[in-house]
Amino acid sequence: MAYSDKVVDHYEHPRNVGSLPKDDPNVGTGLVGAPECGDVMRLQMKINPETQIIEEAKFKTFGCGSAIASSSLATEWVKGKTVDEALAISNTDIVRELSLPPVKIHCSVLAEDAIKAAIEDWKKKKEAVQPAANATAAD
Amino acid sequence: MAIKLPIYMDYHATTPVDPRVVETMLPYFHDKFGNAASRNHSFGWTAEEAVENARAQIARLINATPKEIIFTSGATESNNLALKGAAEMYREKGNHIITQVIEHKAVLDTCKRLEKYGYEVTYLPVAKDGRIDLDDLRRAITNKTILISIMYANNEIGVLQPIQEIGKIAKEKGILFHTDGVQALGKVPVDVQRDNIDMISLTAHKLYGPKGCGALYVRRRNPRVQLSAQIDGGGHERGMRSGTLNVPGIVGFGKAAELCQNEMAEESVRLRGLRDRLKDGLFAKLDEVYINGSMTHRLPHNINISFAFVEGESLLMGINDVAVSSGSACTSATLEPSYVLKALGVGEDLAHTSIRFGLGRFNTQEEVDYVTNRVVEVVQRLRELSPLYEMAKEGIDLSKMNWKATAEH
Repeated sequence: MAYSDKVVDHYEHPRNVGSLPKDDPNVGTGLVGAPECGDVMRLQMKINPETQIIEEAKFKTFGCGSAIASSSLATEWVKGKTVDEALAISNTDIVRELSLPPVKIHCSVLAEDAIKAAIEDWKKKKEAVQPAANATAAD
Repeated sequence: MAIKLPIYMDYHATTPVDPRVVETMLPYFHDKFGNAASRNHSFGWTAEEAVENARAQIARLINATPKEIIFTSGATESNNLALKGAAEMYREKGNHIITQVIEHKAVLDTCKRLEKYGYEVTYLPVAKDGRIDLDDLRRAITNKTILISIMYANNEIGVLQPIQEIGKIAKEKGILFHTDGVQALGKVPVDVQRDNIDMISLTAHKLYGPKGCGALYVRRRNPRVQLSAQIDGGGHERGMRSGTLNVPGIVGFGKAAELCQNEMAEESVRLRGLRDRLKDGLFAKLDEVYINGSMTHRLPHNINISFAFVEGESLLMGINDVAVSSGSACTSATLEPSYVLKALGVGEDLAHTSIRFGLGRFNTQEEVDYVTNRVVEVVQRLRELSPLYEMAKEGIDLSKMNWKATAEH
């Protein structure tokens, strides 16, 4: 199978590889896929609670070249965007950008899921933190 | 010596034609182009003589007689002829066939078709080492069993089946024994007398001969095996396989068999050494690597390794100057990981990370060292990228995670 130049570029020079402290209340972590299916993506983003802007994004992926490229691209795209803008990224945008063939579309779906899961995680954390923060202020 | 890239290490898929084989074949394309079935002129006689010479060369390699070699277009056809031909011929005697789950598709799919025609097929399981249990085989035999078909060596994991014991059981019970010998021929000594083999499928292109040329050994004595032809026509090959013989291909097959006969003993020692060097090199530098299948009962030139937490296709992409193959789903048309590894009980997570290395006649130690280094480098790089490796290192039990797979899987 021939890979598009962009897939090869992301595979060879993946952007934003790594981890963010997952216990940080401003960090959302999305872990999607399954080892049995041959791909697992972990996307993390640090979101500014005031501005809702995604200030940092990191990923690690177990999967084929297209899965690695899709998640690498996702980190590039979400950085600097607001949460709502990031939620608007669709898998078809990724398919188009990377010229993924039909058998690799699931990689882009997984990347979209990872973005949504990370934001979901961040929102949950924020809700959990909010009452505690209020309690501190009352003291 | 500088290494020429890309490096071919996929000799189970096919092999290059040995230059000595090519040289032997060449005259039969032009000067000696006759039809081996032409009985009344020298062109035909020359071609026939060449075919008979090749038949003898191939027979010698498996300790058979020349008349027992039936030429075909390749092992897929040989497997089809053996199974369908015997099933049809011995229908009165019974309708039960025994095979195993890790056969090549040419056997499995032929069995599936026979099931549609009313035959019953038992697919024996294999143990973790990739071998069938002989007690399972004994238990599966009924008074309707007409054929046992168990491959000599597996194409993915190189594991050798207990062929001699299977042959003995089949003989005792008066059941025909067919084996797909494609991966074993010319690599390990195959002896149809010692092993009580009644039929064995062979092909030229796995032993440095040309593609499109195969054979089926069909025992003529003790017992005399009869087959219903699956291709009708001029009655070539003792009526079992009609069609003008592929004379240059057959000449090449014969020469390739002769070379293997002369060089196998020495070459298998060399290849085993290279294979072990590769394995030891990888194991010395990487953790969490696992061998699939028995190391004791194995072809000398094969190794199949799972590189945990690194998906196979991404590994192949990283070592793109090395030709090997993967058991990962992403490299197959079905998006399912290898059914062979699954049958061994290898988890799907590990099956996705498996690579098959098949060494051969033209590989060198320098190439093995180059491949070792490339694989180590890419596995390490991809593990840096792998969330699973990080989690495993943190002590998280991945099998206990609640994975959220997408609907597409």
